Amino acid sequence: MAELCDLLAEAMGHSLPVGKVVLIGDCVETSGAFVLHLLLKRCLSLDSSFVVFVALSHPFSHYDRILRKMGCNLSAQKKNGNLHFLELLDFSARSKENSVDDGFCKLYNEIRKSVEAARSKDTKASCVYIMIDDISLLEIAADGSENDVLNFLHYCSTLTSETDCSLIILNHEDVYSSEDAPRLLAHLQHLSDIEIRAAPLNTGLAADVHGQLTVINKGLLNDDRRSGRRIWNFQFKVKENSVEFFYPGSQH
Amino acid sequence: MAEGLIVRSLRDGSLPGEHAPALCLEDSLTPPLASHSHAVFRHLLTSLLSTGTGTAVVLVAFHRSPSFYLSLLSPTFHNSIRLLDCYSDPLAWKSNHHPPPSSHSPQNITLLTNLNHLPHFLSSILHLAKDFGAQGHDRVTVAIDSVTHMLRHAPLPSVLQLLTNLRCHEKISSLFWLIHTDLHEPKVISSFEYISTMIASLQPIVQLPDYANANISASITSLEENYSKAKFNVRLKRRNGRVKLLCEELLIEQGSVKFSSVPSVSSVVAQNLIPKVQFNIQLSDKERMDRANVVLPFEHQGNGQNIEIYDGRRSLSESQKDPSSIKIGGLSEQKRSNNNKSEKGEIHYIRDSDDEQPDSDEDPDDDLDI
Repeated sequence: MAELCDLLAEAMGHSLPVGKVVLIGDCVETSGAFVLHLLLKRCLSLDSSFVVFVALSHPFSHYDRILRKMGCNLSAQKKNGNLHFLELLDFSARSKENSVDDGFCKLYNEIRKSVEAARSKDTKASCVYIMIDDISLLEIAADGSENDVLNFLHYCSTLTSETDCSLIILNHEDVYSSEDAPRLLAHLQHLSDIEIRAAPLNTGLAADVHGQLTVINKGLLNDDRRSGRRIWNFQFKVKENSVEFFYPGSQH
Repeated sequence: MAEGLIVRSLRDGSLPGEHAPALCLEDSLTPPLASHSHAVFRHLLTSLLSTGTGTAVVLVAFHRSPSFYLSLLSPTFHNSIRLLDCYSDPLAWKSNHHPPPSSHSPQNITLLTNLNHLPHFLSSILHLAKDFGAQGHDRVTVAIDSVTHMLRHAPLPSVLQLLTNLRCHEKISSLFWLIHTDLHEPKVISSFEYISTMIASLQPIVQLPDYANANISASITSLEENYSKAKFNVRLKRRNGRVKLLCEELLIEQGSVKFSSVPSVSSVVAQNLIPKVQFNIQLSDKERMDRANVVLPFEHQGNGQNIEIYDGRRSLSESQKDPSSIKIGGLSEQKRSNNNKSEKGEIHYIRDSDDEQPDSDEDPDDDLDI
């Protein structure tokens, strides 16, 4: 596919990750949501793929509008059973009947059942992705308990090894910038196999370049990628219906 | 060498009446040490199992699935390892909703579903160790990947007590664990270091500032180098209290880990301090000897011999009789024991008064009113 030849695809191994945890980090100056939208479109473009999207930040209509401009019909994908959209704008893990732990346990089991159902259908989904937007809102839903959030993410990551699905999570890193020890952020970095960071340019704002992307592909011990390269850094420009990636000075 | 010492210590276990040796393997998020430390952990696991001395391992898996560790080991080692699965369902979120079938797990994997209850956790490990004892394995090593995960479910004192209990137990011959230093306070790391007999830490080859905020594009080459190499520092505590420090270089190549020695720190520092210029600023051996033989223009040479100083009151005749004293004209002269020196230049110093002490630090120009 033509899209999988760009710099982001090259950094991720020329294919969408399988059985890995991908962490997308951004900040107020440079939003990384476009990476999540782009990966969502690419995941749904694959044959027999299935996506579980946990949306705590925006409603379905928001993503539907954005993906339509990118050439992907989320409503149709949802109707066809390729997308399980969990709209959790008012999600709170704690309730009158449940503790925070119980609330996250229920959410995890809902995701797990959805993934197992997709794997066990007659048209077995070959690629399954779990996307979470975003972690900082999960922490709010957990009443600030980062341990419960980490337990939830740990269980979601176990699905990557048991069912070969991938976990893609968006996190706003500057939420933790004032903390002396950003433990949750450090835990997420330890957990992830691929880190994608959106950051502003070192030189400030620009009209033609919207920011820079750093991709760290840690790989696994038995990864046999021949190039051996792990780190990519390039710039990007978010257009109306696509994203352009280029090295500094090579924009067309 | 460091790796060999560690593996030998873990393999040999402890002497009767002593606690089992324990290795604390430390890393941090400084890229990419975390992935390096897991590679070292797995390398130690493989090395222990391949020693062929009947060593068996109980692996407590928190970070990766048990099947992942088994896939890294040769099938011949599968009988020598038992895995306590704390990865799949540590809090019973799955088993409470969907109990797995009884034949779900392979024979050498034991599922743990109540990590919050440490006594049960300890008894599970000891049960697996005793199983090995029944099969004839007299040495059982416990490996924990990692204690950072344990500390999320249990307080520090409980975890430390568990590790100490493991070290004291007769069935456990050695113990090693992994800990991520940037996820804990320094006092937590120190606590684990106190109860360990060996501490191995990984540091980057190229020290960089906070890479998240630095100019990534300018430091990519250094970051890439850190991905292929790291410093491996080991501190070994001997029984007599002596501490041995070792520093090696770690090479990561396509899934394999290699250790190599590095030049000594002092020689490296000395080489860095000498400025690289076009001039020859080093001394040859002959030049060093000539410099050592130069007679300095002081009243004493510091060679232990008696100081002979002209005090200005001795008569000329006395001075002539005394072969080591002054010359004609009332001038003082340093004692020259070497005949060669009479052919060389002389420095004559006339004291202003008898009160002046030899080699006085007083500035003779102090009385000037400038």
